[in-house]
Amino acid sequence: MQLESNQLSQHEKEEIDKEILKFPIKQSACLEALMIVQHGRGYVSDGMLKVVAEYLEMSATELDSIATFYNLIYRKPVGKNVIRICDSVSCWIMGYDKLCAKVCSDVGANLGETSKDGLFTVLPTQCLGTCDHAPAMLVGENLHRDLTVDNVTGVLDSYRGEGQ
Amino acid sequence: MEKPLTHHIDSNKGPLTIAEWEAIGGYRSLRTAFQSAPKDIIKMISDSGLMGRGGAGFNTGFKMGAVPQGENAPKTKYLICNADEMEPGTFKDRWLLEGAPHQLIEGMIVAAHAISATCAYIFLRGEYKVAQRALENAVKEAYEKGYLGKNILGTDYSLEFHVHMSAGRYICGEETALINALEGRRAIPRAKPPFPQTSGLWGKPTLVQNVETLSNLSHIVNNGPAWFKSLGLANDAGTKLFGVSGKVKTPGAFELPMGTPVREIFEKYGGGMRDGLKFKAFLPGGASTDFLLESHLDLPMEYTSFAKAGTRMGTGQMIVLDDQTCPVGMILNLEKFFKQESCGFCTPCRDGLSWTARTLDAIECGKGEMRDIEILQRHARLLGPGNTFCALAPGAASPLATGLRIFADEFEEHIREKRCRYENLHR
Repeated sequence: MQLESNQLSQHEKEEIDKEILKFPIKQSACLEALMIVQHGRGYVSDGMLKVVAEYLEMSATELDSIATFYNLIYRKPVGKNVIRICDSVSCWIMGYDKLCAKVCSDVGANLGETSKDGLFTVLPTQCLGTCDHAPAMLVGENLHRDLTVDNVTGVLDSYRGEGQ
Repeated sequence: MEKPLTHHIDSNKGPLTIAEWEAIGGYRSLRTAFQSAPKDIIKMISDSGLMGRGGAGFNTGFKMGAVPQGENAPKTKYLICNADEMEPGTFKDRWLLEGAPHQLIEGMIVAAHAISATCAYIFLRGEYKVAQRALENAVKEAYEKGYLGKNILGTDYSLEFHVHMSAGRYICGEETALINALEGRRAIPRAKPPFPQTSGLWGKPTLVQNVETLSNLSHIVNNGPAWFKSLGLANDAGTKLFGVSGKVKTPGAFELPMGTPVREIFEKYGGGMRDGLKFKAFLPGGASTDFLLESHLDLPMEYTSFAKAGTRMGTGQMIVLDDQTCPVGMILNLEKFFKQESCGFCTPCRDGLSWTARTLDAIECGKGEMRDIEILQRHARLLGPGNTFCALAPGAASPLATGLRIFADEFEEHIREKRCRYENLHR
């Protein structure tokens, strides 16, 4: 089903309404609402930001100040798989620099960029809370740990196959 | 050795179901808690000596006691579990969230009842998806069993309970920023006072506690304060989830008695340094603690002993620096983190951390000047306690100030030689 770029689908509205019930005021569900929109559309466009703000009876400017605050809300299109490499201290000690360079060269994109084939976006992230298995990275929701420049290529390849 | 928090967790098996949790005495503490006056439960927690496990080490019972009680207190009150674990080098709450969600929920019901909260939220890190699934399922089970919702265990006490997923910002771990985030505002810290206990979430009395802190409560209620105190080896009570990361032989998290010597955690549990590497220094509990040296390895790992030694234990999850990793590079990494995570609200933090990271980067890349050291020392002082709106910048100043002192020779060498001699090892 094609999602319209300037309105919430019935499904999105229902999902957001469920979240609103968790709070005494509508605005408090704004992060959940942004996540719901992003889940179906990959990112939060300017148009959708305005629509969500209107739905939650808040200003688009305030909603944007929240959307841009968080690492997990994408205000620009991202690739099919978002790779988030932990660059915090334990992973850094355990070889983040080399790992990051290897990932970037394997997917053909620098940090903050999306590969030409649209398969991967590479981003840094803060401590993933798995420091005893450093270095680590997330691909989408999946956590990959104990990475090396040798085993990371295999991990990335597993996202290239059919159906991914 | 007793491990009340983790002995029942089997990381290969997934979380305990509600039936499994009940089979080992789970939810038993609610009957005691509900039959006691709230103030008696708070006194019990105070007497146990439980200190906040998020890193600040504040007395939990004391914090609970600051929530207004009685007929004149607002009817709506909130309990929030801070599960936004993001302190670099810290990986303890994940263990409890993924392994024993019912232990946390039970502790939260005890705390909520003791402060007469009407609604509770778990503020969970967006990246902790496994924990999210475990918690959402456990909450559903607890509702079905009547431990949550209306008239819990047939009493007149009711508690609404929700899991909120955050979206990745370190500052959300600061309790007033967390409250703004949960209200659907930009997550910048609030002025204190008023403290959240009197005016927090949507202006109502609110208690915010860490995952590990809350996970202890059912055990304290079941076994009593004297038992909890007896678990500690030195001054502080209970067990603590300690951890070791860096280039050690067996990095990991371990539940051990509070007051276990740092050396024992590092050598016996962490396995000591990998072959061919030498220990150089460590951060005892996350990025916002001081660099400490070999002489500190004989300290008991606990809040009180660390405070007496003029430093802080933080989260108790140590990060070890070896002799083949650049200390300047490590400090640069830490300060870049704080620069990135500054909420940008107050000027010393927003501009000072940025300047600090840029100066460190210049030194690490061989473009530093001798006067940069003085500039960094000044920043370490001006970003310290009392000069910024919240504790983020003072946290950043801890490893910076101590690192400049301990590694003074290495800083000077970088500037003099115009290069980092560890360069090929990392870049």
